[in-house]
Amino acid sequence: MLGFILRRIVSTIPVMGFVALFVFSLLYIAPGDPAVVIAGDQATPQDVERIRVSLGLDRPFLERFGEWSWRILHADLGTSMFTGLPVTKMIAQRLEPTLSLMLITLVLSIAIAVPIGVVAAWKAGSWLDRSLMGFAVFGFSVPVFVVGYLLAYVFALELDWLPVQGYTPLGDGLWPWLENLILPAIALGCVYIALIARITRASMLEVLQQDYIRTARAKGLAQRPILFVHALKNAAVPIVTVIGIGVALLIGGAVVTESVFAIPGLGRLTIDAILRRDYPVIQGIVLLFSFVYVLVNLLVDLVYTTLDPRIRY
Amino acid sequence: MTITPPTAFGAMQLAGEPELPDILPPVRERHGIGGFVYRYPAIAIGGLLLTLLVAMAVLAPLLGTVDPAALAPSKRTRPPSVDYWFGSDMLGRDIYSRVIYGARVSLLVGFSVALLASLAGLVVGLVSGFVRWADGIIMRIMDGMMSIPPILLAVALMALTRGSVPNVIAAIAVAEFPRVARLVRGVVLSLREQPYVEAAIASGTRTPLIITRHILPNTIAPLTVQATYICASAMITESILSFIGAGTPPIIPSWGNIMADGRALWQVKPFIVFFPAIFLSVTVLAVNLLGDGLRDAVDPRMAKRL
Repeated sequence: MLGFILRRIVSTIPVMGFVALFVFSLLYIAPGDPAVVIAGDQATPQDVERIRVSLGLDRPFLERFGEWSWRILHADLGTSMFTGLPVTKMIAQRLEPTLSLMLITLVLSIAIAVPIGVVAAWKAGSWLDRSLMGFAVFGFSVPVFVVGYLLAYVFALELDWLPVQGYTPLGDGLWPWLENLILPAIALGCVYIALIARITRASMLEVLQQDYIRTARAKGLAQRPILFVHALKNAAVPIVTVIGIGVALLIGGAVVTESVFAIPGLGRLTIDAILRRDYPVIQGIVLLFSFVYVLVNLLVDLVYTTLDPRIRY
Repeated sequence: MTITPPTAFGAMQLAGEPELPDILPPVRERHGIGGFVYRYPAIAIGGLLLTLLVAMAVLAPLLGTVDPAALAPSKRTRPPSVDYWFGSDMLGRDIYSRVIYGARVSLLVGFSVALLASLAGLVVGLVSGFVRWADGIIMRIMDGMMSIPPILLAVALMALTRGSVPNVIAAIAVAEFPRVARLVRGVVLSLREQPYVEAAIASGTRTPLIITRHILPNTIAPLTVQATYICASAMITESILSFIGAGTPPIIPSWGNIMADGRALWQVKPFIVFFPAIFLSVTVLAVNLLGDGLRDAVDPRMAKRL
């Protein structure tokens, strides 16, 4: 078991290595010479050259990549070209809202989507199943910001139940924090819910045809334990996989959702960085999110073995 | 005593006749367009919607539109009316015209990305499936690319270049193609185990011929389904890129751009965001319906499950 976990962790190293190489190349081929930017308008070519040498920009690609990777491994993502602040600091300041949004979305989506999928599979072919799956196709097709605007318009502007925009840190109380995140979480979760509900239904349908389900029914077990204990646990592997893969959707969607609901998180930082062409910041964000994504999927793989002890790599 | 089996048989048949329809209810064969719609409702609805939208994009100048970039500073943010069917934006541009012309960008990006990503994925997948020594390296690279969330990857690529429609297409295609490559590789690897492919290899058929005759025809079905989903996701990604200001240049009307323009005013002038949002959602829905329908038609086993 320990050997398996170690092997799985080691196998993510080449993937992260490639991501790092890719992200570094991004900065390497980015238009605009940082030395010229730092030197300012009145710099002579000699000044620019001096700065370039002092920054190490004249050295070969691989050497610079090695040095850059070394810095990354020491949690140094460089400094922003625009604000002059360390990128790690800028990210740390924006981490809480994004993390809160994604966690709430994750919990909310799973809590909604899995029961939907189970019920749809149980009542497969009925009008309930059809309408639930119809909604899933719909949820799949409506872009995040469309749902966001719709929810904000109805529940915040018209009905005035929840705040329209903004974010309150968790430190200021649980309800103010939650209140601001409910609408963004539903908007962001829409696609995710559709995805998980569909895969849950598909996976459950397969399991419900198994003999042991018939046995459970035959011995008079109630419907709910059959569905949620016997069937769901055996149908869990594809569901957990999709939950892991879908985190990519959450990350991409968070950027837009934060913009719609004016949440000062990493998404806002991303947009600002793009508009200002602040490459070190873009680089840091891409690296961080990819790292989180790889980590989540690593976790998913480890969860497999507890769900289905037959799985070994 | 005579043996008359035919008569007896005939009598039995006569006696049993009223019950036969219950055992075997007549199957009504449906032919033609009606039959197609009956059997594949998702393809029919999605296809029809998509055809209408393509027609709308192509015929944009004939649909009562004005120049989508024409400014009218004195007529800013007018609500929908007879003159401005969908209202006008903060620069006085006609939103109806912008939305109709915006369909061109979305559909162009969707179709081009689907085509490019499928072709690139097909080539990489075939190489990976056939050239064994390259497989490990290629798949690690694909894993690396897939571990960067697609929208983020497209955003990062767009940050490198100027905003233009071809650049948007290229950036999204790069972000999408690793999934296609993975799919094609999987198909190739499972086909290589098939007896008829093994027979072809054993009898000395050259690889190019095996690919064109045995492999390609079998990849078309899953590839088409995948391409449809890529088309839908590319249209959403384009609108997101434009919405956050990293996509199609603001001068070109695209649905994402119109919504980005309306973003600051959405609480007081929601119609600016509303109309492009509706069109975008309907278009993506049409493509997704088509994809679901195609998947069910291509793989009836999946149809029962999903």
